[in-house]
Amino acid sequence: MTEAKKEQTSTHKIGIYLWIWGLLFVLSFFSYMVDWYNFQGLLRWSLILFFMFLKAGLIMAFFMHLFWERYALVNVLLWPMTAIACFVSLMMAEGKYTVFSRLFYFFVGGA
Amino acid sequence: MSDINLDKLPGGFKGMSEDIGSDQTTFKGVNWGKAMMWIFLLSDTFVFSCFLVAYMKVRASVVEPWPYPSEVFALEVMGVPVPLLLIAIMTFVLITSSGTMALAVKYGYEKNKKMCGWFVLLTAIGGLTFVGMQAFEWSKLIFHDGVRPWGNPFGAEQFGAFFFMITGFHGTHVSIGVIFLFIFARKVFRGDFDTGKRGYFTTMKSDYVSIEILGLYWHFVDLVWVFIFAFFYLW
Repeated sequence: MTEAKKEQTSTHKIGIYLWIWGLLFVLSFFSYMVDWYNFQGLLRWSLILFFMFLKAGLIMAFFMHLFWERYALVNVLLWPMTAIACFVSLMMAEGKYTVFSRLFYFFVGGA
Repeated sequence: MSDINLDKLPGGFKGMSEDIGSDQTTFKGVNWGKAMMWIFLLSDTFVFSCFLVAYMKVRASVVEPWPYPSEVFALEVMGVPVPLLLIAIMTFVLITSSGTMALAVKYGYEKNKKMCGWFVLLTAIGGLTFVGMQAFEWSKLIFHDGVRPWGNPFGAEQFGAFFFMITGFHGTHVSIGVIFLFIFARKVFRGDFDTGKRGYFTTMKSDYVSIEILGLYWHFVDLVWVFIFAFFYLW
């Protein structure tokens, strides 16, 4: 009885894994093409981020089974990552300020 | 944990609040080792994030131009430089090994000893290939191009320090994973998970859930590579 239950909750058809696997290959190929065709600027960055998040999402949701986990576990994992996103945006602002003050004092000079 | 009927529990956020407020195990139906692996991976995420954020911050604030990865990591094939060739192959190798690991976990659930063992072994070989190519990449950068943690011929001096730190830390994770994959391949083939043989370091009985936990670690290594590939090599 426990055996049957286990099978039910945790075994997925092989097709889903093969699909995700194939998708990951295709997405990796696309992100490599971003470099191959030498896209620059905003287009390059947004494409890189788009493919990156899609790949990361697929791996976490299906290969790491988060899609099938209960919300108690999923939320414990995903909210701290939101904190990381906040940290990233803070440091982005900090980096911009640093390069501004460097350029300003290197080239314009202090008082 | 084996006696909980998950189908009877409410799902979604309602289920979450009931799980947390149940005055019992919070993660219903989750093996404790699996929960611990997730907590470890979360802390590891923070470590890798710190490296990548530090790299982002420095790259955003250096006054000298940052070395252009597309050229730094180009390989010559018959005299023609192909950008990021080795990195692309490494990416595909790691994704392949992630796929074989996913299948190993699937066959582990089904208690299919033979298939599970072969796929764990395949994953280990994929990981080994990845580490080998990384060793080649490092030696090319160190001996051929003269990249050092304190300087390099391409541009901003911080490049080397971040490159060796980030890819080195990731490579260490892959290497540790490969060691464990080989150990677990042996355990699977020996039938430890079928007989419930007790482990070397623990008195607890072996179970196929270990393969899933190992799989979580291996997919995480692949996941980190996705971010390194995007931020370090492509950006």
